[in-house]
Amino acid sequence: MVNSKAKYVEVELEKYSLKPFDRFKRVMKRTFKGELFVGLGIVFREMVRFNIHTTQYPGEKLPISPRYRAIHELLRLLESGNERCIGCGLCEKICISKCIRMDTHLGEDGRKHISEYTINFGRCIFCGYCAEVCPELAIVHGPRYENSSEQRAHFGLKEDMLTPIDVFKKGAQKEYPGFGAPSPDADKRIKKTPLAY
Amino acid sequence: MSAYIIETIIKVVVVMLVFSALAGFITYLERKVLAFMQRRLGPMYVGPYGLLQVLADGIKLFTKEDIVPSNANRPIFMIAPVISAATAFIAMAAIPFFPEFDLFGHTVRPIISDINVGLLFVLSVGAIGMYGPLLAGMSSGNKWSLLGAARATVQLLSFEVVSGLAILAPLMVIGSLSLIDINNYQHGGIFDWLVWTQPVAFLLFIIAGYAELNRTPFDLLEHEAEVVAGFATEYSGMRWGMFFIGEYANMITLAFLSALIFFGGFNDLWFIPGGIAILLKVMFFIFLFLWVRAAWPHIRPDQLMWLCWKVLMPIALVNILITGIVVMI
Repeated sequence: MVNSKAKYVEVELEKYSLKPFDRFKRVMKRTFKGELFVGLGIVFREMVRFNIHTTQYPGEKLPISPRYRAIHELLRLLESGNERCIGCGLCEKICISKCIRMDTHLGEDGRKHISEYTINFGRCIFCGYCAEVCPELAIVHGPRYENSSEQRAHFGLKEDMLTPIDVFKKGAQKEYPGFGAPSPDADKRIKKTPLAY
Repeated sequence: MSAYIIETIIKVVVVMLVFSALAGFITYLERKVLAFMQRRLGPMYVGPYGLLQVLADGIKLFTKEDIVPSNANRPIFMIAPVISAATAFIAMAAIPFFPEFDLFGHTVRPIISDINVGLLFVLSVGAIGMYGPLLAGMSSGNKWSLLGAARATVQLLSFEVVSGLAILAPLMVIGSLSLIDINNYQHGGIFDWLVWTQPVAFLLFIIAGYAELNRTPFDLLEHEAEVVAGFATEYSGMRWGMFFIGEYANMITLAFLSALIFFGGFNDLWFIPGGIAILLKVMFFIFLFLWVRAAWPHIRPDQLMWLCWKVLMPIALVNILITGIVVMI
């Protein structure tokens, strides 16, 4: 959304005078301004100020945006702790790099169960379509971007992405505010489905 | 006689060890100062505040494989870095680092050899040092190296003239080439310093010095953005390290020379004893090297030649002329 207060400011360029005396004055000004020493002064000032901008990465990390799209996570239902994924297959269908694969079977309780869910991170382009299309907010993008491992498959299996049950029981499952999630004021924006036109 | 020889050998070893270690330490200082000037932290992980980074770099350089490219001219390729490092240390032979001092009742003169053409010796050995980059570049069998070597020649031809002519004017005033005589000429306190009577010569000398050491405004020999690493493109491990040590040892030499010729050398300054005074001056000059590197862009080879032949050399000649007239009067 465009910020209506934002305003373009035009840079005011000084008009170059072409009269000989003005040109002479300009040459003198440029010659004796000592720009080399201005440069020296600026770097020395920055050194004395000691206003360091370094983030010492493994120790310190910059906060990432909630909309950051890193390695996927599979979440659990808040009340029961069951997997949220209902096996609808929408993510598998929408995936433009065809890297999601899921297998489902009919469970003994008469419900659809996910027997296998993998993402091939060698092909995933982290577009976020799967998280956006998921009707249950089951697959989301997590904040984990440090994904180096001996094998790509270490991140892509269902056990790796699903919130572990002990973490869930501690209430440490974070709801995902980012890509594909409903907006914070989603409740207010719900309208009655118009049944009669 | 044998005592003299032993003393000289001890001095040589001390100078070698101290200045190789200092050259390593200056690389750390350079990285830190450049980082602070660019709002960074510089090396931080090896040791407290990255102090052991020098050690880590040294281990890396010493243990790396020594690669000689198959198309290189092998003997020349292998000897070029030795020229660079050796001349840097040979030049130090004629530099008096400190005033004389007594050690166990024995008067030590902290100069390896007080030859009467000391300054000429230092300058000429420094000029021979340019053969290091030149031969390295020509023998590597790599176009970037060749370009670096060509630039080394350009730089040598251009700035040897300027530094020679610039140093001539103070020498006319002093009348001696020995660095100890030059130092003693300025013994009368801060107003005897030659920089007040020969400011133009000082500026020209330091500009030419930066060019000879290929430090930043004139770092054409190994500018990454243009010629990869110039003459050092094909070098690795300790051979590259010798170029590095040579460059930083030359920096120390030039800092000592500037302090000795123009800034009163190791004469006592107010309450500061001479030995500490010259150390402070040398530290300032080394800081100036780093400072300039952080602040200024570098120039093109054609600009370098233009600057040298069309600006600096006429100024140096006029300076000599005026000095000659003043000395004659």
